[in-house]
Amino acid sequence: MSELVSMPSPGRIPDRDIDKSPILETHHLGIKFGGLVAVDEFNVMIGRTEIAGLIGPNGAGKTTVFNLLTNVYTPTSGTILLDGKDTKGLKTYQINKRGIARTFQNIRLFGQLSVLDNVLIGLHNSIHCSLTSAMLRLPAYWKSEKVARERALELLSIFDMQDLANNEAGSLPYGAQRRLEIVRALATNPSLLLLDEPAAGMNPSETSELMENIRKIRDMFQIAVLLIEHDMNLVMGICEGIIVLNYGRIIAKGPPEEIKTNPTVIEAYLGRKKEG
Amino acid sequence: MNEYKRISPSKRFLINIVLVIIFIVVGTLLTGGDSLSRASRALILQIGIYVILAVSLNIATGYLGQLPLGHAGFMAVGAYSAALFWKATLNMPTPVSIVLGLIIAGLIAAVFGIIIGIPALRLKGDYLAIITLGFGEIIRIAIINLSGITGGTPGLLNVPKYSSFLVVFLCVAATIAAIHFIMHSRHGRAILSIRENEIAADSCGVNLTYYKVLAFAMSAFFAGIAGALYAGFQGSLFPKSFDFMASINILVMVVLGGMGSMLGSVIAATVLTALPLVLQALAAYRMVIYSILLIIVMIFKPSGLLGRYDFSLPGLIEKWMNRKNKPGKEVANE
Ligand SMILES: Nc1ncnc2c1ncn2[C@@H]1O[C@H](COP(=O)(O)OP(=O)(O)OP(=O)(O)O)[C@@H](O)[C@H]1O
Ligand SMILES: [Mg+2]
Repeated sequence: MSELVSMPSPGRIPDRDIDKSPILETHHLGIKFGGLVAVDEFNVMIGRTEIAGLIGPNGAGKTTVFNLLTNVYTPTSGTILLDGKDTKGLKTYQINKRGIARTFQNIRLFGQLSVLDNVLIGLHNSIHCSLTSAMLRLPAYWKSEKVARERALELLSIFDMQDLANNEAGSLPYGAQRRLEIVRALATNPSLLLLDEPAAGMNPSETSELMENIRKIRDMFQIAVLLIEHDMNLVMGICEGIIVLNYGRIIAKGPPEEIKTNPTVIEAYLGRKKEG
Repeated sequence: MNEYKRISPSKRFLINIVLVIIFIVVGTLLTGGDSLSRASRALILQIGIYVILAVSLNIATGYLGQLPLGHAGFMAVGAYSAALFWKATLNMPTPVSIVLGLIIAGLIAAVFGIIIGIPALRLKGDYLAIITLGFGEIIRIAIINLSGITGGTPGLLNVPKYSSFLVVFLCVAATIAAIHFIMHSRHGRAILSIRENEIAADSCGVNLTYYKVLAFAMSAFFAGIAGALYAGFQGSLFPKSFDFMASINILVMVVLGGMGSMLGSVIAATVLTALPLVLQALAAYRMVIYSILLIIVMIFKPSGLLGRYDFSLPGLIEKWMNRKNKPGKEVANE
């Protein structure tokens, strides 16, 4: 495949993050499924406290990018630098420990467990209690459980969900399930939070509340957020940088004002009939 | 609206401990004297052994969400390990020999659990069922062929009968407590998260390999202990006691009781062990009765008699304290 211009990897990151190294950097990231090139030459840079958006038509490869970043799929080319370190060869759970947490487009909660247990599983790696301490209920068990429970309720209170702690996760309304997935992801103490269509299935008032909360989370935890969303009001409203994907390739990246007026983007995406 | 009153985790723990102590004292008193016939004593011991087998299989099926069909294989490993150890240590002080034998039985079975758990990481559903079924048969055939050590088909005889009431009671209580405690810690939640959604568990930082193997090892460990108790109860071991049907028997108990419910396993193990012995006349139709029971339960309550419900005295007290409140759909936490 011949390239006219080799794509330089750096994008733009918010001014306040400029003196800090980026949390995420990808170089020539790509994956092929058989003959299908699902993602190709994906080069991005995300600042420490940036809220970035990943948009593109259905099937553009957005979710695949998330699966690449978390090593659910092994990239067929390119490198991923998380906090400056290559994540090649790490397992998904190790990448989570290194700082990437995510939510799923098709909700994946622990449906038959309680809301509290879902968050406690998110806290899995911050609870320090050995198998022996657990089996014999040694003081370490009681202490770590108490701390974890308090932390879980505190995290649930971000979305005002602490009163639902003992409800079954699978029986929550759709919007609450999406929020719980975010809380569970936050519980793993990430430095980069990946949200796959967090507003899908939410009504406009829920969506605007979610926008506020995403901002609040970024401010509280000082983390970076990369979100996939079809809701343009949300994306243009909160994202500082936007990456536009089409047929697995980046066709534009930049701040919302630029993306809105970019002719290639308008043709490929915004100009088309809006997709849900 | 009133606040929903809760009992703190440490108080719940105390209530449960008191419950277990009462259970052991009452049990020992009831069975200790001459009040019970030989047959009923044997029955109670057998129930205890099957309770351990069912709750241990429940770790792999109910909690981890897999379907192994070779549980009797782990039981056999434990039974022969303990029997050989006990036979070789007759001059050791009996209590020491009993405890060491139980631990060795559990550990050797756990090693087999790890060996079978590793291929199980890559396999699911039917494939895992077949591989574990094969494992169970391999163990049985190995026992037949290693007749120099195991006595082969004619059996391993003169095993010291160490499985007294107290030993069995303590093992049952310790097994249930240990499983309960682990399941309500970060380790148990990690195992449950794999059952619920493997991909989500992975992305929450749960080491899938470690926890799957741990669940298999735990399941095998307690099955090994049950095997040891079985050896000390029977006094002789024959390979045919550990065939495929033995594994199915245990599985039926777990499925009937409700996968993921410890109380369900306990009740089903008790009823299904007692049934054929109490109704002697029906003993010949045992498998028919099992099948019919299974079909009925699967039609009317596919999740098993108790589903995933687990008995909790503190939970009941809590409900009673809040009898005037109507909370939403709650999930048992302890
Ligand atoms: N495991 C896989 N095997 C084969 N093809 C795949 C696999 N995963 C994704 N694809 C293909 O990769 C392409 C991109 O899919 P992806 O799910 O990333 O799209 P998306 O941008 O998230 O779309 P949507 O907006 O509908 O969620 C699609 O053509 C899809 O069929
Ligand atoms: Mg997608």
